[in-house]
Amino acid sequence: MQNTRKGQAYVFGDNINTDIIAPPQYMELPVEDGAKYTMESVDPSFASSVKPGGIFVAGNNLGSGSSRETAPLSLRYLQIGALVAQSFARIFYRNAINLGMPAVECPEAKKIKSGDLLEIDFVAGSIHNLTRNETYGCTNLPAHILQLIQDGGLIGQLRKQRGK
Amino acid sequence: MGMTISEKILAGASGQSSVKAGDIVSVDVDVAMLDDILGPRVEIAEHMTALDAQIWDPDKVVVISDHFTPPATSKQAEIVKFTREWSERYGVRNYYEFIGPCHQIMVEKGHVLPGALVLGTDSHTCMGGALSAFASGVGSTEMLGILVTGKTWLKVPETIKIVWKGKLPDGVMAKDMSLATIKKIRHAGATYMSVEYVGPAIDALGMDERFCITNMAVEMGAKAGLMNTDATVENYLHGQGLPGPFKRLQSDVDASFRETFEFDATELEPLVSCPHEVDNVCAAGEVPKGTRIDQAYLGSCTGGRYTDLAMAAKLLKGRKVRNGRRLLVSPSSKSIWEQAAQDGVLQTLSEAGAIILAPTCGVCVAQHSGILADGETCISSTNRNFLGRMGNKKSFVYLGSPLTVAASAVTGEITDPREFL
Repeated sequence: MQNTRKGQAYVFGDNINTDIIAPPQYMELPVEDGAKYTMESVDPSFASSVKPGGIFVAGNNLGSGSSRETAPLSLRYLQIGALVAQSFARIFYRNAINLGMPAVECPEAKKIKSGDLLEIDFVAGSIHNLTRNETYGCTNLPAHILQLIQDGGLIGQLRKQRGK
Repeated sequence: MGMTISEKILAGASGQSSVKAGDIVSVDVDVAMLDDILGPRVEIAEHMTALDAQIWDPDKVVVISDHFTPPATSKQAEIVKFTREWSERYGVRNYYEFIGPCHQIMVEKGHVLPGALVLGTDSHTCMGGALSAFASGVGSTEMLGILVTGKTWLKVPETIKIVWKGKLPDGVMAKDMSLATIKKIRHAGATYMSVEYVGPAIDALGMDERFCITNMAVEMGAKAGLMNTDATVENYLHGQGLPGPFKRLQSDVDASFRETFEFDATELEPLVSCPHEVDNVCAAGEVPKGTRIDQAYLGSCTGGRYTDLAMAAKLLKGRKVRNGRRLLVSPSSKSIWEQAAQDGVLQTLSEAGAIILAPTCGVCVAQHSGILADGETCISSTNRNFLGRMGNKKSFVYLGSPLTVAASAVTGEITDPREFL
């Protein structure tokens, strides 16, 4: 993948858990239908208004709760380009990476406002807020994770390795 | 340098004599568990076909349809059918359906053993740590990789040690210990870490209660929740028809822990988690008087085991669920259902007004059987009270022990069960 991604920020608070991201009562639906309800309990218009390439920004403990991959899968279906949070819950973080979605921790995530234009450099570990002309440090992604994301996630990588 | 239980198990799984927290290791998985809701249907089946791959060892895979059973909609029914047929196609002989939440079935059917590395597509897989297994939840794509290769990579976690001293007073249960621990560590305080529960108050618990504690380790963000192998564990495994001998695990005396916290069970009182976070914990008696409940629920992989139902039945004997309220009970497995039926526990609950449901995940996670209406409140023996957890973003879920649930069903308000002792 390119080492940078640029997009508009969609900002949420702390403890955005998997029941909020992917409400449980819609889990019987395939992702193309279930994704319509992404973030419904805190922002009913999110799924219908989010722009492709948007950057999902949250506070502490993003993705806590269930192992449900439908949470990052819905965000990927809505073409979110990257995830930024002060901290992530473990399973959600790994699910996102496995699905080929870059995710970085940024201690200053709370300085970002919805609508800000961000450019993330995954190698340098920095986020440039073009709207506010500010730069924040973030975790960088090591080469093997960048490769995994470039391959389209774990499935893409397995397919490549097996020539399928 | 000594090792923690997590370090010992992950050393074994990675073929090394020792590992330490922070090491990233490639591990062989002993048991892979898939459920219906996050199993073959999510990313796995489609890509197994595209990869033209088979399961590395079908006898190390367990598939359990539990969330959508019994199905409430044709979509749910199709997913259960798909899960069943997929399991058959890939030669998975350990397939179970309709008999209860996966984590309970895993331990009842002998799929979780001391020292094993067990990974499952459900976050409460950590429950198996009460049997000294390194058991942890993973996503579906991660599971696909495991099914194809039998391997994955893990970072060896640091361990937080939780010491429970003293003796639980009457009216206070393992669930209260679990909530007290979460109140202290907070809901992200053990992210990426293991938690070990030790001490005389843990040693005194039966397996039903121990499972309730390790089940909720993930509510602190933990990767695993572990307990020592003792006679209670061995007797439980023998009871499942497993001959042994079993590995005996406990941390070395010179193992390194990130932090140690001490709790005194003697001082503990009934607790509840208030909406909408599990660590939003207060004493049941501190909830404002007259906090009305509409639904009370006993069930799930956290709070519907035999001991839970028997304790609730003891409180409810000769009493009635308050008029205008409902008490729903889902025993955590078919075998618990049968035992509770034989012993008259289900009869007592039913006479008090309870509605006895199938063993299922349905109510806890809003798939069926007990979804809440706008403005309704439920007191539940389950593990999560997140916004919208029971299917309605305008509803409220409190978590408490089975005794607190039973007492609240009688009064119709959040109630400290010691009022009924």
